Amino acid sequence: MSIRSGGKAVIAGIGQTEFSKNSGRSELQLCCEAIKLSLDDAGLVPADIDGLTTFTIDNNEDVDIVRSMGIKNLRFSSRSPHGGGGSIGTIAHAMAAVESGLANVVVCYRAMNERSEARFGIAHMEPNSNSTGSGSGFLEWSMPYGAMTPAAWTGVQAQRYMDRYGLTNADFAPISVQLRSNASTNPLAWYFEKPITIDDHQNSRWIVDPVFRLLDCCQESDGGVAILVTTEERAKDLRQIPVRIDHATQSVPFETETVTNFYHSDLTVFDSGVHSGAELFGRTGLTPADIQVGMLYDHFTIAVFWHLESMGFCKPGEASDFIKDGHLALDGSIPLSPNGGLIGEAYIHGMNLATEAVRQIRGTASNQVDNVEHALLAAGMSGAILGRC
Amino acid sequence: MSNEEFRMERPQPLPSRNSAFYWEGAERGEFLGQRCGDCKTFRHPPRPMCPKCQSVHQEIIPLSGRGVVYSYMFPVHPQMPMFEYPLCCVLVDLDEGIRIFSNLYECDRADVKIGIPVEVFFEKTKGDKAVPVFRPAKEASK
Repeated sequence: MSIRSGGKAVIAGIGQTEFSKNSGRSELQLCCEAIKLSLDDAGLVPADIDGLTTFTIDNNEDVDIVRSMGIKNLRFSSRSPHGGGGSIGTIAHAMAAVESGLANVVVCYRAMNERSEARFGIAHMEPNSNSTGSGSGFLEWSMPYGAMTPAAWTGVQAQRYMDRYGLTNADFAPISVQLRSNASTNPLAWYFEKPITIDDHQNSRWIVDPVFRLLDCCQESDGGVAILVTTEERAKDLRQIPVRIDHATQSVPFETETVTNFYHSDLTVFDSGVHSGAELFGRTGLTPADIQVGMLYDHFTIAVFWHLESMGFCKPGEASDFIKDGHLALDGSIPLSPNGGLIGEAYIHGMNLATEAVRQIRGTASNQVDNVEHALLAAGMSGAILGRC
Repeated sequence: MSNEEFRMERPQPLPSRNSAFYWEGAERGEFLGQRCGDCKTFRHPPRPMCPKCQSVHQEIIPLSGRGVVYSYMFPVHPQMPMFEYPLCCVLVDLDEGIRIFSNLYECDRADVKIGIPVEVFFEKTKGDKAVPVFRPAKEASK
C-alpha cells in the first residue's frame, strides 16, 4: 500500500466576508477572515489546516496566512493559473491533494480589494499582478492597439458569435435581468433589493460597441472567499453536511488563452467549456439533465451563452432562445446562479459561485432551488460538479 | 492641460525574446511572419517550436499583408489619451492562415463588417517604433 492515500474529497466548510466596493482593510485580513469563517463553519481550528491553494494572481502569500492565523504545519501549497477562468482549479488542486493524501484539510482562498485597490476594469498598460503569472502574453498583442480591458478582449470574441447567430446586445439583456432579480432577494448580494429591467440594460452606456453595455459586465468587488476541502471520513465528525466533489478539472485547449481568445480556429465555439464539460460529464457519467443548478461564470453576459452551448445544455446557436424560453429562471430547468452571480452578487473572481453551489446542495441558500442533487460550477478553463453525499 | 496637449503617442510594443523579429520588422516597415523551417506551417503568436512537427527550425518571411476581418469591436470605455476614438479593433485572418489582432482605419463605422478584405500599413508608436495596422483593401483578398 502506498504511504500516500487519502479518501474521497468533500467540501466541509465555506467562508466569505461581506462583499463591498471598499472593504476598509487589507487583502490579507479579508483572506484570514474568510478562512476563519470556513473553519468555524466546519468546526475546525487553524491548526487543522495542512494545505492552502489559491490563484496565481492572488496577492496573499501562504507564509503570511500561516503566520497570521497560527497554522502550524502546512504540507501542501499550490496556485492555479488563468484568473477567474481557472477559479475552480483551486478545488481540483484541493481534491487532488486530499485524495492523494498529500494533505487532509486544504483551504481554497481568494481575497481581493479588486474595486478599492487594483481594479481589473481600468486600462492595463503594462504587465502587472493582474496580468502576469497566468501563462499569457496577451498584453503584448492587444495593448499597442488600445484593447486594454477584459471587456475589450472578450468583446472581440463575442462579436464573432453575435454575427454568426444574428444576435444584438439586446439579446444579452435577459441574463443581466435574471441575475439582478436573483441578487435582489439575496441579502449577501451587493445588489440586494436592486433589480433591473430590460430597459435599464438597454439604456446603460456602451463599454464595447456593439457588444457590451455597462450592465453586461460583472461587478468589481472587494471581499474574501474560502472553501474548505477534506476527506469524507474526516467530515463525518464535522459540523456540516459534507458536499461531495463529484469531479473537478482544469482545461487548457490548444491555442486557448486567458481572457484573450483570439487564436483558436472557430471563436464561436467556447473550446475551454467544451473540454471541461466533456471531462466533467465524461468522468462522472452525469449529463446536463442531472444538474439542478448552473453556477456559470458570468464575467460578461455572453459567457453564460458560451457555457450553455459548450457544456451541452443546448445546441450551438440556441442559447439565446433557450434563455428566452425561461430555462435559467429559479424555477426553470437549469436555474442560473441563484445568488445573482458575478453580475448581481459580487465579483470575487468566481469563488463566490462555489460557496453558493455548496449552499444550494446543503439546502441553505437564500434563493434555494428545490431538490438539488448536483450543482455545476463552470468557469471555462476550470469546472466542477458538486453533489449531495 | 488641454486634451490636445495631453495626447500621448500610441504605446510601443513589449517584445519578448520569441517575438522580437515581428516588432523589429514592423519598426522597419516590414510585415514579417514565422513559419516552421521543416513543415512550413505558419504560426502566430510566435513561438519557439512548431506545434505540428515539434521542429525548432523557423523561418521569418514577409507576409502578404492581406486578409479579411474575422471579428471587430470598438472599445468605448475607458478611453486613453494615446488613442483616437472611435477606435476600431479587429482580428484579421491573413492569407497565410494566421490570425492577428490589430486596428482598422480608413473605414466608416457602417462599413466595418466581418469578412471585408483588408491590407496592412504601419502606424508609429512611442519610442519611434511602429505597429502593423489595417485598412480596407483596394482589391479583394484571395
